[in-house]
Amino acid sequence: MDLSVDLVVILVFVVGFALFRNPAGARRGNMLAAVAFAAAAIVVVARGGVVLWPLVIAVLLVAGSLAWLVAAKVSMLQIPAMVAFQNGSGGLAALLISMVELWRVGGGASIPSISALLGIAIGGVTFTGSAVAGGKLAGLLRQAPVTLRGHNIVVLVTALFLVAAGVAAVGGDAAVVAGVALLSAAGVLGILLAVRVGGADMPVMISFLNASSGLAAAFCGVVTESRLLVAGGAFVAASGTILTIVMCRAMNRSLANVLVGGTATGTGTATGGVEPPPDTWLPAAADEAAREVLAPDPAETPGAGAPGTAPPAGPPDEECPFAATAELALGAQRVVIVPGYGMALAQAQFNVVQWAEGLRQRGVEVKYAIHPVAGRMPGHMNVLLAEADASYDDLLELEDGNEHLAEADLAVVVGASDVVTPAAVETEGTPLSGMPILRVQDARRLVICNLDDEPGYSGVKNRLYEQPGVISLFGDARATFERLLKP
Amino acid sequence: MTELLILVAVFVVATVVGYALISRVPPLLHTPLMSMTNAISAVTILGAFVLFSSRLSPWEALLAAVALAAATFNVVGGFAITARMLRMFRRK
Repeated sequence: MDLSVDLVVILVFVVGFALFRNPAGARRGNMLAAVAFAAAAIVVVARGGVVLWPLVIAVLLVAGSLAWLVAAKVSMLQIPAMVAFQNGSGGLAALLISMVELWRVGGGASIPSISALLGIAIGGVTFTGSAVAGGKLAGLLRQAPVTLRGHNIVVLVTALFLVAAGVAAVGGDAAVVAGVALLSAAGVLGILLAVRVGGADMPVMISFLNASSGLAAAFCGVVTESRLLVAGGAFVAASGTILTIVMCRAMNRSLANVLVGGTATGTGTATGGVEPPPDTWLPAAADEAAREVLAPDPAETPGAGAPGTAPPAGPPDEECPFAATAELALGAQRVVIVPGYGMALAQAQFNVVQWAEGLRQRGVEVKYAIHPVAGRMPGHMNVLLAEADASYDDLLELEDGNEHLAEADLAVVVGASDVVTPAAVETEGTPLSGMPILRVQDARRLVICNLDDEPGYSGVKNRLYEQPGVISLFGDARATFERLLKP
Repeated sequence: MTELLILVAVFVVATVVGYALISRVPPLLHTPLMSMTNAISAVTILGAFVLFSSRLSPWEALLAAVALAAATFNVVGGFAITARMLRMFRRK
């Protein structure tokens, strides 16, 4: 009946995606998609009518204004948590609608019934998985990966139970009971998958849940016979899949390795002789979670509150490392800054950009090289720097960043370790081996502004701290840059 | 049956076209992309409206209302935060 309306809205979504090539186009694309979305909703309501309209209007007003408020207030550091919770609410909506439809269809081996069951299963995994991932990102749950005894077996048994419940529902006996069993299994499975993924692996998890929320919506669309829902769900599933692949490639790991292996626990095969013994890796990863919580508080960090005193692993320069850094930066023609999640946690991006602007005004060219998995979701670091008013022309991708690093007089690492660790390309058998890195050691001089010289999330030691000529400014990144900004 | 075939065709075409277009989005915009697709996945709101177009039992009404709330949060929050993020991208 409303094929033409569906087609128009789908085409507008397509145009919206096509416009996502640069920020100006993306702004128009987002606006277009929003307008088309509103129009589609109005058409559906106008054609179908609404029973219980006071309830519908109340829900729209409350949920809508809450969302508006959160969207206006949330900081760029919290965006990954916000997106995770949104993935979850997408999954929740798809699973609830599928449940009502299953109730009406009453199970059986029909296409609507099977689609509803798939909508419930995928929506359920997405909902609880996103709730756990979002809770971790928002700091409500412990961020370190949690692995149960026999985790893989528990996952397998839950998955088998899920399939069995689905088959029972299709068989038609007590479809609702089977549907509830399926829902419970999906919920448990989502939790099991999300608890064992921590910190730096979050970009993969979020992208994966983004894809699954789209898939749940698409199946929900089959049950409700809505072309628009099927198309919208398919777009989101495609987008989430692309981002998952990009993130996995950027870490040289498979999706299965991230979801089932876990960085801190999947190191049994690692035997890199040059690297620290495997038993130091697990605590390091757990420590990172603790450090992340404490990071913004310089008082908790040894060395952070002691400006002027050279750190133990200090630079070869006899002078103060801050003065040495300032001198190097002012004497440089090209400076490349490599930001990591440590910068975001310290909320140092504002100070970093201010420092870069100061250099630029004195004729130094400053660029930012951004690793795809830096931060907690795809593209996170770009948004953080945009928030701090860095020009987006200066935000370089991996390849471009490495070209600039090779010609740079000075590279400044801010709160990043794994994405610049040379072991990733030099040593076999570590959790990072084969991961493309930003080659900061190619720059003529190197300054590292990290909390301490402990390994990053992967637990792999970073030899750059011990390299001669490297200046280390240990401590909270914000304090470090506040000090660098003082004349 | 024809309706089902149309739905399958829509899914396949949307996946292929979506994949081709979205793989060209630069990493610079990956975060806004994901938050906009979040809003788009809330097309489930249309499913919720369809549920509300016919008589509902109290249980169905409850589930449909929660679904409507989740989808509304998703669509409003998704488009609003994407717009806010994209406004931050400036060139000097």
